[in-house]
Amino acid sequence: MPLTYDVVVVGAGPAGSAAALTAARAGRRVLLLERAEQPGGKNVSGAAFYAPQVLEALVPEFWRHAPVERHLTRRVISFTSQESALAIDFRTARWDREPYNAFTLLRPRFDRWLAERAVETGATLLTSTVVDDLLRDDAGRVTGVRTRRPDGDIEAGVVVAADGVNAFLARRAGLRGELRPDEVSLGVKEVIALGRDAIEERFALTGDEGVTYEYVGAITGGVKGGAFLYTNRESLSVGVIAQVASLTAARVPAYELMEAFKAHPAVAPLLRGGRLVEYSAHMVPEAGLAGLSGLCGDGILVAGDAAGLCFATGLYLEGINYAIASGAAAGETAAEAAASGRTDAGALRAYERRLRRSFVLRDFRRFRRAPAFAMSEQVQHVYPGVMTALAERALASRGEPRRKLLSLARAELRRAGLPAWRVLRDLWEGGRAYGW
Amino acid sequence: MVRLTLAEKLATVRFTPDPEPHIVVNGEICRDCTLHACVYACPADLFSLLSDGSIVFSHEQCFECGTCYVACNREGAITWRYPGGGLGVSFRDA
Repeated sequence: MPLTYDVVVVGAGPAGSAAALTAARAGRRVLLLERAEQPGGKNVSGAAFYAPQVLEALVPEFWRHAPVERHLTRRVISFTSQESALAIDFRTARWDREPYNAFTLLRPRFDRWLAERAVETGATLLTSTVVDDLLRDDAGRVTGVRTRRPDGDIEAGVVVAADGVNAFLARRAGLRGELRPDEVSLGVKEVIALGRDAIEERFALTGDEGVTYEYVGAITGGVKGGAFLYTNRESLSVGVIAQVASLTAARVPAYELMEAFKAHPAVAPLLRGGRLVEYSAHMVPEAGLAGLSGLCGDGILVAGDAAGLCFATGLYLEGINYAIASGAAAGETAAEAAASGRTDAGALRAYERRLRRSFVLRDFRRFRRAPAFAMSEQVQHVYPGVMTALAERALASRGEPRRKLLSLARAELRRAGLPAWRVLRDLWEGGRAYGW
Repeated sequence: MVRLTLAEKLATVRFTPDPEPHIVVNGEICRDCTLHACVYACPADLFSLLSDGSIVFSHEQCFECGTCYVACNREGAITWRYPGGGLGVSFRDA
């Protein structure tokens, strides 16, 4: 006789643990499955966690107990050429107080903590358990999961697939097609130990304040993507994110891109004296609305990265908050459905309605053009070079007569082979992506 | 920071390999491939191109990211699943 639960959640990342916590709090019998030895053992992100309100709704004032690293008061976005960088550097004391705007995290610790909150609420956590397939009845409705353990079938009123970017369960359920190399990116990351004092001095931070740096342009070579440097308490998280299609077209391995990034003159001094603690790699779903999977089927809901709910728009690079919000909405819907006994796709569509009302799908719809714009040739390889070259010419001092800005800008655009109509068109596209 | 080799990077990661490879490469399908996307896609450099055009693969230091099968344009060349429960890569992040 197989085990039976009201709700079986696959994957104890932020989406899965939020789903399990929410369904358990609603009084349902919940099983949370994780293939790693411990939750977080397979998980990688920058990691910056924005919109803490999303987690606060589940765990009030979580930052007092959760293993967060630093709260972010400063954000730097840099446009790069091979030897130069032009940055927008924003900082505010307003983000130095509760409820905070964002935190940096180390995922193995944070994910484990969040899974423990689900367990504390009544969910059962089973680790070291791989789910290979879905169980279905004669009509094709999902009725549980098949794990790789002996006699490993588990029946469920509702399955929540929070199994991450590879999304095998959503694919098995027919809710998503194969992942395409132009809709996912490979992220490689290094955690680099640096003393607390060095971090505070070097990055002009006080106490637990933190900063994120993001880079676009020649710093990733000819590959489409970006790079980042985030401050933790006593380490830096440094990484390169490269679109898979572009990476294989350029025939450069990601670890080489990483070394080139770390050697960039704008980055190298920030890493001086650091010691590599851990290297990691993971895929990121980056296609936005165009990359979303079906969210509900008969007996199944899909949340977090598995659903493509990672908001990578260039300007906003957020995933953990969308994972937690979608996981919580899935948990709530699954709990209601399991209690009422109506677990068909029609009843489970309440999940999609919840996401449509919340910031999750509103952001994905509103910024639907942004992911493609951020990955466009122009944003990736043309304008960062124009911007840094223009800055250099405008700021250079050579004892020669100076030219005014418009004349320099024209010269740089001409050099980049950009006619005025093209610039206007790109401005229009950028405006549609982020402006209106 | 001094330049790091991939071997130095991989030495920082804890791997507990599944005795049964979780990724299987079908050399027959790979043989006439000219793209070799897997070789450049893998962040651990686990795919090697031999002089006879065949691909050899080792699963032991795999990050389980999935980039290889996404990058591969040959149907059936890479059979990919997760390693057994509790096996494979285990991140500590510190």
